[in-house]
Amino acid sequence: MNLQRREALKAGGGLGLFGLLAAAGLITPGQARAEWNKSAFDAKTIEETLKALGASAPANSADVQITAPDIAENGAVVPVGVVSALAGVEAIAILIEKNPNPLAASFVLPAGTEASVQTRVKMGQTSDVYALVKVGGQFLMTKKEIKVTLGGCGG
Amino acid sequence: MADPMKIRASAKDGVTEVKILMSHEMETGQRKDAAGALIPAHFITEVSAEHNGRQVLAAQFGTAVSKNPYLAFKFKGGAKGDKLAVSWVDNKGDKRTDEVQIA
Repeated sequence: MNLQRREALKAGGGLGLFGLLAAAGLITPGQARAEWNKSAFDAKTIEETLKALGASAPANSADVQITAPDIAENGAVVPVGVVSALAGVEAIAILIEKNPNPLAASFVLPAGTEASVQTRVKMGQTSDVYALVKVGGQFLMTKKEIKVTLGGCGG
Repeated sequence: MADPMKIRASAKDGVTEVKILMSHEMETGQRKDAAGALIPAHFITEVSAEHNGRQVLAAQFGTAVSKNPYLAFKFKGGAKGDKLAVSWVDNKGDKRTDEVQIA
């Protein structure tokens, strides 16, 4: 079985990256984790990303808050947090409109986990940042503009 | 093998707050080296946290997450001394799992 996979990987050649991703998935069969959503992370625009996430036309909501600075001096490290007072939040995603691929990170929250995540992201330039929240099968969204003085991409 | 993660987990009033600092290059695949050749992407794709074997967070990262990713979240339950395990997988298949006791 393993030998066959190795052969398949070798034969893959140009598909090395995908082969590795697949292999990584195969090595951990016991863990119930969702497949990395390649189409969502590869999407080039907000609309495409939302489509790939299955969230068409999310409603704007004041119940979702983004905690981030108004001005980020260093685009390579922009602290972004998403908080929602709503109960039963199932998933959170952070999207940055003007990045080459808008989707920065997505989180799946099992029951009992609070709708409060924080991370740090890279931003190429001043852009609107969107927080997408899934509650009871519905998608809600909010946005905040973050000004970047020094871009975090390229170099 | 990558460097260990720094994980802080503290329980207070029935809610456990977790802060994780992973050690990873998070190369976007868009930067060029001195010779002008693209540096291939190398980034964490999935992060998972388990409290006593029960998953409390599943995250997927893209290339836009900063180098040495920081992640903080909260979940209900969890008492002092409970085990919290965090693991990640990157796009090259590297992975790492670290475990801490909730303080």
